[in-house]
Amino acid sequence: MLTPPNNTFTLPITVYEPSKGWLSLNLREVWNYRELLFFLTWRDIKVRYAQAALGISWAILQPLLTMVIFSVIFGNLAKLPSDGIPYPVFSYVALLPWQLFAGALQRAGTSLVGNANLLTKVYFPRLVIPFSAVLAGLVDFSLGFLVLSGLMLYYQVQLTWTALWLPFFVLLALLTALAVGLWLSALNVQYRDVQHAIPFIVQAWMYASPVAYSAGLVPSGWMRVVYGLNPLAGVIQGFRWALLGAAPPDELMLISVIMVFLLLASGLYYFKRMEKTFADVV
Amino acid sequence: MMSNVAIKVENLSKVYTIGARREQYPTLRGALTSGFKQFMKLQAFRQIGNNSLKALDDVSFEVKHGDVLGIIGRNGAGKSTLLKLLSHITEPSQGRISLYGRVGSLLEVGTGFHPELTGRDNIYLNGAILGMRRAEIAKKFDEIVDFAEIDKLLDTPVKHYSSGMYVRLAFAVAAHMEPEILLIDEVLAVGDAEFQKKCLGKMGDVAQSGRTVLFVSHNMAAIERICNSAMILNKGKIVEVGNSVDQIIRSYLSNSISSEKPSWDNTGITFDSPYFSPIQLYLSDEQGNIKQSPIKNDDDDVWIRLIGNIERLDPALTIGFAIYAENHEMLFWSYQTDQAESLWPVLKIGTNELKCRLQPHLLNEGTYYVKLVGGLHNRAWIFAPSGNTPSFSFIVSGGLSNSPLWFSRRPGLLAPVLHWSLVTKN
Repeated sequence: MLTPPNNTFTLPITVYEPSKGWLSLNLREVWNYRELLFFLTWRDIKVRYAQAALGISWAILQPLLTMVIFSVIFGNLAKLPSDGIPYPVFSYVALLPWQLFAGALQRAGTSLVGNANLLTKVYFPRLVIPFSAVLAGLVDFSLGFLVLSGLMLYYQVQLTWTALWLPFFVLLALLTALAVGLWLSALNVQYRDVQHAIPFIVQAWMYASPVAYSAGLVPSGWMRVVYGLNPLAGVIQGFRWALLGAAPPDELMLISVIMVFLLLASGLYYFKRMEKTFADVV
Repeated sequence: MMSNVAIKVENLSKVYTIGARREQYPTLRGALTSGFKQFMKLQAFRQIGNNSLKALDDVSFEVKHGDVLGIIGRNGAGKSTLLKLLSHITEPSQGRISLYGRVGSLLEVGTGFHPELTGRDNIYLNGAILGMRRAEIAKKFDEIVDFAEIDKLLDTPVKHYSSGMYVRLAFAVAAHMEPEILLIDEVLAVGDAEFQKKCLGKMGDVAQSGRTVLFVSHNMAAIERICNSAMILNKGKIVEVGNSVDQIIRSYLSNSISSEKPSWDNTGITFDSPYFSPIQLYLSDEQGNIKQSPIKNDDDDVWIRLIGNIERLDPALTIGFAIYAENHEMLFWSYQTDQAESLWPVLKIGTNELKCRLQPHLLNEGTYYVKLVGGLHNRAWIFAPSGNTPSFSFIVSGGLSNSPLWFSRRPGLLAPVLHWSLVTKN
């Protein structure tokens, strides 16, 4: 957009032409639509528990019940080592970022197709849709966090200054979900196979992440490098370190961070490249 | 000077690739197998050339600030595509659009409304979707509620609204946008007559306020009333454009009378549904031959024939048509499920051909529109009467009655010939 040369009339000029050459991300335009981003996120949150008798309590029940099941099966029966931390806290601390990630990925992956009516009837930067799908998980996450505080008090886990790193790991989890969500949502517009594959991807991904077990189980060396390719490994390791004083982040974390940026850059590129066809194909 | 121009369109074309869209959504497996073959032979481009449809073909025009331009044309003429390009929903294949000012578009009433949210919430959500700022919505909030006449139900989820209230609210939000350029697709075909009048009044105000409006409609009376210029599109090209609105409308109507066949054929861009994909909708005789329009009112061999493909059989499928008068007032609608269940046609997977007899001496003289409507009963619309669904028009002329007094158009939308007799008391 530019301003017309004559000063008598200062209306914004917009020009639409077939796009060619390099794409620009135009994040400023997304920023201009921040109110829409807010309202779409707010709609997602508000609608999710509409007409559910237990309402928003589900945000607490989901991680809590999963934690109980994990504690019984992996903690008591399989007796998986938990770095000397009581198993319920150990798994709950991992379940929080995991469910934040998994929920964000599932919502983002189907977000474009789910909002097809918007895509074909109104213009706005398409990135707003997966962005809002990812952000909509934060309220659930915060509620789950309250339960964590209770658990930590109960098991008398000392909080240290490392907890200040937490926002960084939350951001890393969200960026991972966004990066993969961008890929999946754009692919889903073309190929509806994706929405059937997503639940499977999420399930497999959970086993590839140290949710139920400790990342320390993975031997160092090349196996650990491969393991770190999963950014969630870094995120969960970070959470356990920041809150519970488990083993500090190592080379695994570095690989995870690099991986997130690679995924995000490629996801944004693919999304922007396909963006102009969304309304015609969806 | 430049500053006088609000919209400038130069050599605009839009090509849709069809084929893939007709069958099913492409699947990854399909892309991997056929994509590889195409990749090797580099035939992808040739294939696009074969199955493409030019929805807009090298269109150029200018609209000045404050102009209200009515766009008319048959279904598939490119009207909606033009609005989609102007509102940046889809990208041009060729050419250039320059817009001087903020653009607001209303291609559908109630885009983004969520049934679970209250009227209040939906006003804010829909406003944001249409590009309004929160402060702007808050300022106009009372006006919107007033216009929609829903103040008592403001905090009720809109799923409990009647369809009339729903439409009123949706239009109210959109009517309070204040962009310099407003693009409006056929949205007045919904709601009752009184509400339509109110909407037209509101649009008239918008037009008076000096904003630039592009208005697509089949409602010639509305175009004539609101617009100060008009454009006819046909097959993606501009046929006529100018300031003499009534003359352009007359030329459109007279051309469409002589050239328009009373039929609709799927050209393959839209309307795919696994429950019912329409292939053809037309006026026929009993054998299925297409009828010539105009038809006579006493013709007793007039059928509306509907051919479509069913992929997924759903017992709740109701499919039929609605008939509208010239002024776009709905006269009635009819479904294949109108009668007792034992008399319903039994649909099957694959191509189904349905016919329905239009009885003689029902309509008046004039132009009538037949529009496909249908859905899954009580569950979802597939072809909502408010939407842009397949339709055709036909003309009834002559044969009104055998009476020596009544042989031409009578007042009213219908002109049935009823039986009269004298009551004799003994």
